[in-house]
Amino acid sequence: MGLTFRNETFRDDFTYTNSPSNIRRFPFPFVEDQYRYSVNIEPHTPGPKGSPFEHHFDVDEHYVSEMRDRAMVLAADPLRCQALPHMMTAQWDMLELLMTSLARDYPEHFTLHRDGTAWHWINRPLGIDQKFTFLDASTLPYPPMEFIGRQVQGDFSIQDQRDNQLWMDAGIITSQADWSLDFDVGMNFFEWHGPVPLAHEAGVFERALKFLLNLQIGKPVRRLNWTMTINPRLDTSPENYHKWASDRMTVTPENVGQKVHLRVEMQGLFRLPRSNAILFSIRGYLMSLEQIVTVPKWGRRLPRVLASLPPELVEYKSLGRYRDMALAYLAPYDDGAPTSPGGGPD
Amino acid sequence: MSGSLLRRVRVAEVERVANRIKRFRFVDVDNAPLSEFSGGSHISVVMHAGDRLLRNPYSLMGAPSDTSSYQISVLNVEDSRGGSKFMHEKVSVGTELEIGQPLNLFPPAKLAKKHVLIAGGIGITPFMSMMNELDGLHSDFELHYGVRSLEDGAYCKYLQSRYGSRVNIYRQDQGQLIPLERILGDQRLGTHVYVCGPKPMIEWSLQTAKLLGWPDENVHSEQFSAPPPGKQFLVKLARSGREVIVRGHQSILEALEENGVDAPFLCRGGACGQCETQVVACDGFIEHNDHFLTEPERVSGKKIMICMSRIQTGSITLDL
Amino acid sequence: MTVSTIKSRPIYPGLSPDLNARRNIIVCDKAGAAAVTELFSRADSAFAERTTIILADSLSATETQTLSRDLAPAAVEIQPTLADGIARLRQLLETAPMGLRLYAAGSEPLIGLVVQAGLDFSIDHLSIRTEHRGSLMRRVQCVHCKGYIENVTTNPVKCTHCGLTLLVRDHYSRRLAAFQGVCIDAEVPGEIPPTEALYQ
Repeated sequence: MGLTFRNETFRDDFTYTNSPSNIRRFPFPFVEDQYRYSVNIEPHTPGPKGSPFEHHFDVDEHYVSEMRDRAMVLAADPLRCQALPHMMTAQWDMLELLMTSLARDYPEHFTLHRDGTAWHWINRPLGIDQKFTFLDASTLPYPPMEFIGRQVQGDFSIQDQRDNQLWMDAGIITSQADWSLDFDVGMNFFEWHGPVPLAHEAGVFERALKFLLNLQIGKPVRRLNWTMTINPRLDTSPENYHKWASDRMTVTPENVGQKVHLRVEMQGLFRLPRSNAILFSIRGYLMSLEQIVTVPKWGRRLPRVLASLPPELVEYKSLGRYRDMALAYLAPYDDGAPTSPGGGPD
Repeated sequence: MSGSLLRRVRVAEVERVANRIKRFRFVDVDNAPLSEFSGGSHISVVMHAGDRLLRNPYSLMGAPSDTSSYQISVLNVEDSRGGSKFMHEKVSVGTELEIGQPLNLFPPAKLAKKHVLIAGGIGITPFMSMMNELDGLHSDFELHYGVRSLEDGAYCKYLQSRYGSRVNIYRQDQGQLIPLERILGDQRLGTHVYVCGPKPMIEWSLQTAKLLGWPDENVHSEQFSAPPPGKQFLVKLARSGREVIVRGHQSILEALEENGVDAPFLCRGGACGQCETQVVACDGFIEHNDHFLTEPERVSGKKIMICMSRIQTGSITLDL
Repeated sequence: MTVSTIKSRPIYPGLSPDLNARRNIIVCDKAGAAAVTELFSRADSAFAERTTIILADSLSATETQTLSRDLAPAAVEIQPTLADGIARLRQLLETAPMGLRLYAAGSEPLIGLVVQAGLDFSIDHLSIRTEHRGSLMRRVQCVHCKGYIENVTTNPVKCTHCGLTLLVRDHYSRRLAAFQGVCIDAEVPGEIPPTEALYQ
């Protein structure tokens, strides 16, 4: 694989950046020049080698540093990781899915030995070597969701399924796009999506819920979502909103290319077999405008998409303060040439 | 897109467990581990019964954590459409079959303080895995199981020896009836009740719970019913322009599959909603036999669940 | 503002009697008591006889007399504050059997705390019958310091715990029985819109 893990920060001096080789594997979310809201769910089947879709859970050069940032968030605010009491079986389901996937897909970094319920987990990049008894939480240093959640990039929530609804009854959420796990835990699918504009009226969530209620074991699905973030900050939580929202005021025409980041979430949805719950993985990717425009197709398309956003979305994603500056920065990269379909680079 | 992932299994064991009831144990043809499942799950079994293709749902009965094999129980129904007869007469140790992945439309309520399970006859099957799960979680439960006689009721002895006083068996041949009013009249707050059995038993249970002041949210039922038969009619497919005849003992879905049309489905019992199909035109009366569509949706005549519902006579045009 | 585009904002359909319930518990305040009298007018007298009312509000002697008379033949228990009313409710639920129906009528904080208590006893929120009456005041949780601000009538509102000025969103948590309050001048500290008395 030859992954070299970068040593970088997502706060204070913000040393995060993508290596040149990492840029082209960014999951650029816009498949056409016009913005259009859609459920865009597709089977989470293995994608091309080297792409972020190659494996169910993508590990990249930011892994070690992201896990360090997560540990800092959890130390400051333990409520970012919560599970209601009836979710213990689902926590073990999640641990099993993540450990078996990582050990299979990245054998040079992760190893799992299983002998009945006696398990041995080795995580080389983080230096973890843990023997434990599967389904016995007292043999792990953290509850199962937190134990494995501290070792996998991306946020995770677990949805219990009952009464034809999905209930977000557990999660480890430290790099969210401005929503609070502590506030939303226990809500149903419509409730936790409550603040999202336009989509309810379009029936998007009703269709998505019906689809997810019938999600099958062994047939995961994925979709991409996006927003924009100032500075490569992972912890854009409502809890700390008063500490990071003023970043938006620091954008100038001179620094917009470095400061404004497109933040893409690859969301994976997996039926968990023992608990009948659904694991929702929210794997985030950050890239500055400056790096985005190094791919000519993205440089052309991004300004076109940003210009076509409905006002409700500009407000919901809080882009208002700097969208014009971003458009002005991007304008020279749109030479008017047609773009090819799909999100990937040409 | 349609249906669930199929996997090939081999029948490893067949046992007659009661009058007209056989237990089947399946293992993966390559002895690969099967998926774990949650209590109350079922699988569909694909059957090529003569010239007919059937996919019948059966509850999984074993321990949810046992990935070495799956077990189902099949009652040979007298007016069978062919599925249970096929299982009883054509399937033996060594037979290879295709099954779908476990699907759960009858899970125990995870927030309940206590679970009361009411089973009639073959309706015991979803409770087998459910009790296994609840027992493992140290959840409070009790089973009330009505059988015609001990020869007709499957697993009576096993259940009593495994779960002791939590299992109550009522024998019709001895004039014993499930004392539902007494049972439901004396439960702690936060109890949920689950019913699986013949339709009249389910209706009686739902009604009794309602009259005793149980909120609808605490009452759950599952009924596996075959698509009710009717007269032959014609299905026109708006997108492909094809026409398919649905015979009297077939569902629309089965007729489409027989003709190689790929239509969406999952539970094949009118419960999961996956096969919901738009009606473009219909010159007959739709008999809605599902448990999914709301009353206004039924009245609108614009949707049909093709795994269970049919029209009385005439033709129906579907958006397929 | 009881209609919202935000789907987590609760809807209170109004009280209706469950004539099959073997026992009813109704929690209400002064304003909600009027909804309870209307409820009784839609049911038989046996319904009221199976009913315990927890009236949680500060009442004058005259109000106590009038309301006790209006709400008879139900058993009426008067509690001086909402917190006392909820504590009493929890005590009753401790020993309650299935067949109990729970109702709440009055302000949103009252309904929210009844529903929250119900959840702790595994009563599904959909099986609790609710009617909003009287004040529009809200219970708000500060998302930053997690403190609760009771009886909020304005938007924005100052957090009584950490002092931040909060925008009161329509986003509501049943588990916390509170609306979400988020710092309103986070982008430009001090840039605060005029306070409006939205929830009188």
